[in-house]
Amino acid sequence: MRSELRVLFGRPRTWAMLLALAAIPILIAVAVRLSSEPPGPGEGPPFLDRVTQNGLFVGMTALVVSIPLFLPLTVGVVAGDTIAGEASLGTLRYLLVAPAGRVRLLVVKYVAAAVFCLAATLTVVVVGALVGLALFGAGPATLLSGDTVGVGESAVRALLVAVYVTVSLLGLSAVGLFVSTLTEVPVGAMAATVVLSVVAQVLGQLDQLAWLHPWLFSRHWLGFADLLRQPVSWDSFGDNALLQAGYVAVFGALAYGRFVTKDVLS
Amino acid sequence: MTGGSSPAEPAIRTRGLTKRFGQQAAVDGIDLSVPSGAVFGFLGPNGSGKTTTIRVLLGLAAATSGETSVLGQPMPRALADVLPRVGALVEGPAFYPFLSGTANLQRLDAADRRASPASRHQRVAAALERVGLGHAATKRVRAYSLGMKQRLGIAGALLSPRDLLVLDEPTNGLDPQGTREVRELVRSLAADGATVFVSSHLLAEVEQMCTHVGVMSAGRLVAQGTLDELRGGGEAHVRVRTPDVGTARSALAGLGLVLVQATGAAPSDRAADDAGEGSRDGVVEAVLDGAAPPPERIVEALVAAGTRVRGFAVERATLEDRFMALTGEGFDVVG
Repeated sequence: MRSELRVLFGRPRTWAMLLALAAIPILIAVAVRLSSEPPGPGEGPPFLDRVTQNGLFVGMTALVVSIPLFLPLTVGVVAGDTIAGEASLGTLRYLLVAPAGRVRLLVVKYVAAAVFCLAATLTVVVVGALVGLALFGAGPATLLSGDTVGVGESAVRALLVAVYVTVSLLGLSAVGLFVSTLTEVPVGAMAATVVLSVVAQVLGQLDQLAWLHPWLFSRHWLGFADLLRQPVSWDSFGDNALLQAGYVAVFGALAYGRFVTKDVLS
Repeated sequence: MTGGSSPAEPAIRTRGLTKRFGQQAAVDGIDLSVPSGAVFGFLGPNGSGKTTTIRVLLGLAAATSGETSVLGQPMPRALADVLPRVGALVEGPAFYPFLSGTANLQRLDAADRRASPASRHQRVAAALERVGLGHAATKRVRAYSLGMKQRLGIAGALLSPRDLLVLDEPTNGLDPQGTREVRELVRSLAADGATVFVSSHLLAEVEQMCTHVGVMSAGRLVAQGTLDELRGGGEAHVRVRTPDVGTARSALAGLGLVLVQATGAAPSDRAADDAGEGSRDGVVEAVLDGAAPPPERIVEALVAAGTRVRGFAVERATLEDRFMALTGEGFDVVG
């Protein structure tokens, strides 16, 4: 496991992706700072109007901006690379002969992808918070329920949101893991995973497919607003976790079924 | 270890091992038997099923039918017990280019759950030293030459003490020094009691380091046995170079040797005889079987019969001759 994380975080690509994610909150904060008039309520992405009150909200805004594409993109790259990447390097056969054990390899790969999800969301939130604090300073923040909380409390809320988004991405990671067992071409698996995440979101927009919506892994992606109320409403967190767990179970099983019987010929 | 391999038990045995890809059988019912402690050369032209066989032996691919046992245990059922005792180099080395040689080996070592993390550093350093890569240990593999990668691959196979080494084209891309080192390495591993299974199409290499040989052709195992048995399949020949082809032929026939038709541009009997003194040399060849007199007696008889012997040689069939005859590639001048 440690060795897996070392490989993941030892490659320049992972750091490039995290840097790109870190750039999002920085861009937002600088843009807001440089514009002459502060954004009015309800303008721009959610939470943008709160940024000037409390720098911590930069991270939140950046997260909302990243969820539809940037986060799924980076997660798709990591999850799609899990098995297919090893296969294309040829290292898969050596890991299996070592022997790593096919199930163990699959589990380790998935856990590493999950760790990346957490690292990615934390990067956005933490960098956003730091830049926000530097440019706008900290202040009491008004929650969606109208209550005002102190700086410490709002930092906790920001971390909660990061956890929420991480959990949201676990289903997609499982889908990526499965796709990755189907091919030896990592780019194909990455693209397929990212496309699936976009498709899920598009389907989620179509009212005609309302019956399908509860089953889409992207269903609760933007549903973390409940964590910003007083008191915290855990309903959406629970629904989301359940849905993602379902995806992990189904696609984990598919990946298992595919991978344990697969002929490794690369 | 349950039912560990006794010396009498082959290190690798297959019965009717078959692997199909769709309609095509890449490996077609082979019965392989690699004695414990042997250095087994697994020969065959490209695409004859060598690597596919190795993949099945190592559990990377599932056999379509047939039985396999490695180190005395049934495969792929005992995979998890057997593989830690097997070191392998399969179809070229493969590494993470963005990691150093040391880091690559550490990852490989970490993949084996039975390898103790405490002694990992030591094992990796020892393996690198053994293949002469100590100085390049911290370099990224991206910067390695093909030969260095090959060495690193062999180091990976030697991380833990192994009972069986499966080396697929181990000297591929190595310079002459490297090739020689690999030969030495294989010898020293065999001397330690390990069985070494080497696939190759470099016949000279196999002839120099193997005790046993198996030959694949088009998915079938067309021959296997000790190196001598296999070479013995083609008999020794005497080869006489002389202008007096006719007298040589009758002298040899008189000794009870079976003549082989002359090779190359040798002139016909009559032409050589007619040309007389100072004519071009012809070559007379005969099979030297067990009943034949010793070579010095043959020369004596030839000279006594008045043959001007200008060249005389006893030639054993080389592995290459046998290989070509078995795999049906190349051209057969004698036939």
